[in-house]
Amino acid sequence: MKQLIIFIKKEFLHVFRDRKTLLMLFGLPIAQIVLFGFALSNEIKDSKIVVADYSKDAVTTKLTDKIAASKYFDVEYNLQSASQIEAAFKKGTIKMAIVFPENFAEDLMHTNKATVQVIADASDPNVATAITNYVTQIINDFNSQLSNSSPQPLQIMPQIQMLYNPELRGAPNFVPGVMALVLMLVCTMMTSVAIVKEKELGTMEILLVSPFKPLYIIISKLTPYLIISVVNLFVILILSSLFLDLQVKGSVLLLVFGSILFILTSLSIGLLLSIGAKTQQAAMAGSLMGMMLPTMLLTGFLFPIENMPIALQLLSNIVPSRWYFLIIKKVMLKGLGFSAVWKEISILTVMSVSLFVLSLRRFKIRLQ
Amino acid sequence: MDAVIKTEKLTKRFGNFIAANELTFEVGKGEIFGFLGANGAGKTTAMRMLCGLLAPSSGKASIAGFDIYTQTEKIKRNIGYMSQKFSLYDNLTVSENIRFYGGIYGMTRKDIKTKTQSLLEVLQLQNEAKTLVSELPLGWKQKLSFLVSIVHDPEIVFLDEPTGGVDPVTRRQFWDLIYYAANKGVTVFVTTHYMDEAEYCNRVSIMVDGVIAALDSPANLKKNYGHENMEDVFYELARKAKRQGD
Repeated sequence: MKQLIIFIKKEFLHVFRDRKTLLMLFGLPIAQIVLFGFALSNEIKDSKIVVADYSKDAVTTKLTDKIAASKYFDVEYNLQSASQIEAAFKKGTIKMAIVFPENFAEDLMHTNKATVQVIADASDPNVATAITNYVTQIINDFNSQLSNSSPQPLQIMPQIQMLYNPELRGAPNFVPGVMALVLMLVCTMMTSVAIVKEKELGTMEILLVSPFKPLYIIISKLTPYLIISVVNLFVILILSSLFLDLQVKGSVLLLVFGSILFILTSLSIGLLLSIGAKTQQAAMAGSLMGMMLPTMLLTGFLFPIENMPIALQLLSNIVPSRWYFLIIKKVMLKGLGFSAVWKEISILTVMSVSLFVLSLRRFKIRLQ
Repeated sequence: MDAVIKTEKLTKRFGNFIAANELTFEVGKGEIFGFLGANGAGKTTAMRMLCGLLAPSSGKASIAGFDIYTQTEKIKRNIGYMSQKFSLYDNLTVSENIRFYGGIYGMTRKDIKTKTQSLLEVLQLQNEAKTLVSELPLGWKQKLSFLVSIVHDPEIVFLDEPTGGVDPVTRRQFWDLIYYAANKGVTVFVTTHYMDEAEYCNRVSIMVDGVIAALDSPANLKKNYGHENMEDVFYELARKAKRQGD
């Protein structure tokens, strides 16, 4: 036990003395979150929009004023025809168009309902979602004001239309994606490099000649990265809560548990890679090609898995980050409990245990 | 003679290739035993079997009285090893390296402290205890590496081409350290390419194509083969080799 602590201490010294690695370990998650944070920034102010008002009555004017008064929008009225609106969208001068049909107020008074068309440029899905949400909120607010001043409940229904990208993939997908990517990278790459380094240096032989057990070598190599990864996990969670307004909706404990499982899986993969690799470069290339690409492509946060060919869909099942991504989404974004993620948790458990056992056995065999 | 290394027909096969073929020899306590051979002759394979890094295919061997098949853990506690590659951690300081290697052999904090002091004294490196190993000149690293390999006072130390790539002056100093260790009763088992170093050994064995072609003191070998120096003895034996070096 004492030997183990001495070894783990030494591993930490390696990590802390290597500025470049340290920068990568802690800089990477922060840079990623900040980067995605700006892309995701949900405060989109002064979006240029047009209002095409074919009714021009008291209600539409009031609603238009209310929209114009909000800090989110910069309203221009001068566009009238549908073709003008389309041209403006194509030129990219406006982000959204609001179209009031004729006889808007009359419809509202007689049928208690009226429809307003909200058309957004969804080629930038994040912006489109955000601004349509703003406008929906403003309209809902307006609805309740109307209902207060009228005997019957009146309702204006926004009819939202997303131009160019009706599916709206993206947005809160990024944080879970970044988490999966960063943890995978730190764990897999760093462990494999750390072990191969000892092989390259020749110190591995010395360790094997010593009475120190191979299992202990593995544990001491993994421990620093496990701890660093958990720290990273909290850094990401805090950053995304502060800057991206993305709090953990479900149980933090469950999320941390799922993350540790994923971290262990990644560490074991790193271990396995290090057994095959002879040089640090090979280990690095192996983890980049072998792990980062599948993580990026087959996790589902950049490209939806449902749209992939069957072969790739099947392949994605063996990518650990795919399951981890689901856990984060369910626990962090949707606030679901254990019963919703037990399947993903068990898959990751099986993966981490079998990979660890496999690498441990391979590790021993190679060095006998 | 008290034998601390004893082998009998120790053999290692890799498929059809016999890397080490029926090696039988003994090394006495406190002896400096040179293990010579051209590249690919099987030196490293033999040494790795003795250290427990490789499992033998057949034959018997005991190290410090322990069987290499069944008592590897006990053997590991009683041997030190210095590999061909320089084997200290560059980004740890001199004393951190000593502490680490002492630590994994289960030495107590107090023992490590006194040991560190005496090692640094031998090397006259007292002022460099807190220097990163990467900042030391190669010669010092090599010597430090050797002393670290015997930090836990092993009975036997295995040195695998310890002086590769080192200048003659440092090599000489390195051998002074080997004598220092041997005088303290440590048995030294050393492989080398340099024939002048072979002269420093008490006894040498010369391996050719996986078998021990000769084994005796340098003086006897020179006499028996009728040569002035070890270089010529070695050349006469080694040129019969059929294997290509790696």
